[in-house]
Amino acid sequence: MKKIIKYVMADILRNRIVLVYLLFLLVASFSVFSLEDNSSKGLLSLLNIILLIVPLISIIFSTIYVYNSAEFIELLVSQPLKRKSIWISLFIGLAGSLSIAFFIGVGIPVLLYEANMVGFLMIGVGILLSIIFVAIAMLAAVKTRDKAKGIGVAILLWVYFSILFDGLVLFLLFQFADYPLEKAMVGVSALNPIDLSRILILLQLDVSAMMGYTGAIFKDFFGTTTGMLISLLVLLTWVSLPVWLSVRNFNRKDL
Amino acid sequence: MIIANNVSKQFGKLQALQNVSVTCNKGECIALIGPNGSGKTTLIKSILGMVVPDSGFITFNGNNILHHWQYRSEIGYMPQIGRYPDNMRIVDVLNMMKDIRQHKGAIDEELIAAFGLEELKQKRMRTLSGGTRQKVSACLAFLFDPQVLILDEPTAGLDPVSSEILKEKIIREKQKGKLVLVTSHVLSELDDLVTQVIYMQDGELRFHKTIEALREDTGQEKLSKAIAHVMLNASTL
Repeated sequence: MKKIIKYVMADILRNRIVLVYLLFLLVASFSVFSLEDNSSKGLLSLLNIILLIVPLISIIFSTIYVYNSAEFIELLVSQPLKRKSIWISLFIGLAGSLSIAFFIGVGIPVLLYEANMVGFLMIGVGILLSIIFVAIAMLAAVKTRDKAKGIGVAILLWVYFSILFDGLVLFLLFQFADYPLEKAMVGVSALNPIDLSRILILLQLDVSAMMGYTGAIFKDFFGTTTGMLISLLVLLTWVSLPVWLSVRNFNRKDL
Repeated sequence: MIIANNVSKQFGKLQALQNVSVTCNKGECIALIGPNGSGKTTLIKSILGMVVPDSGFITFNGNNILHHWQYRSEIGYMPQIGRYPDNMRIVDVLNMMKDIRQHKGAIDEELIAAFGLEELKQKRMRTLSGGTRQKVSACLAFLFDPQVLILDEPTAGLDPVSSEILKEKIIREKQKGKLVLVTSHVLSELDDLVTQVIYMQDGELRFHKTIEALREDTGQEKLSKAIAHVMLNASTL
């Protein structure tokens, strides 16, 4: 298994997209921190960039990579290797290299400018988001045979998680404005890892004071250690569930 | 050695395999023959575990292949169309395979030398011609001195010299008591190779006979003529 991870990682590094991604994150982080006089404000701007870019790059790069590795996978499947370990290695290789790119690109600037609880949380959440979207991408890629369709599905998933989901939540909120939905919103936020990450970090920043009654409810839940642990667990479920489903699918896939 | 039991596989509406049962033993050289789309490659891929049958099972040395993936270390497989990662060089592919297989015994690099791949070693896979790619596939199949060789259209795309080299290699390996499963449409070159014939049509196994029995039944000495005889009289079988 280690060997396959080694080959996958070497292959990803040779393909320069991850390097460009790393440089982009590095430039974005440093420029955001040097533009704002208050580095806490910088963190907020960086958060918005991360929540948009990290899932996008992770899901699209991983989907395309899995499709482009079809030959490699085919070659490995006819060898004395467990299918499960081939697939998990591919996942670890992708998640590992994207997480490392994120850690260098965002983690280092954050540690330099804002090495506190919020900074650490943001690095952790960013790495988790990278891994989550690699997992979702692999599920999308194993489910769809056609490459163009698979990449389309990946883009749609990103649109759903980044844009559509918020719209749906707003719609629901307005439709049911007469009912007390504040507590239910805590549960709904678990359905979208991007939203969950955003809430987790925003609540650590001062701006959370401006979020009104729902914000207060959120603070009650996510502000506590139990709340944090539960959200972490939810994020981990967002990793393990797609990985588990995709392994099951891959085990039965005809190559 | 390899036993397939009532293996069926459906791709959408197409019934690729229908209750196929085969027994292959050591020292045999079996030709898988049948028209295009008769399920030969699907059967081979099922044996390799690349295609998972809908029903039925396959055993290798008595172990169900679904649960014992290690059996593939005993198989050398040469695919019909070898597909390799584009940006790897020939030498990378060979080294990767050696690295992944962790093979303890002898490494058989005879074919690499015979095909003259030494000089091409630094070439990237995407720059190779179909024939050279086929040579790489052949080298990989024989590299780890496996007990079973599964060759899907081994000589398609090879020039006459190379295909003769490959044929001689197959005969040598057969004489070592290995099981060789080979499909080909060029029947004339199977003549001095095979000991048994499996004939498939429309996903069904029509017969599995020794070549002597086939010659007797059809009254034809040459395999190509015998098979032609079979195909023409398919309804009587």
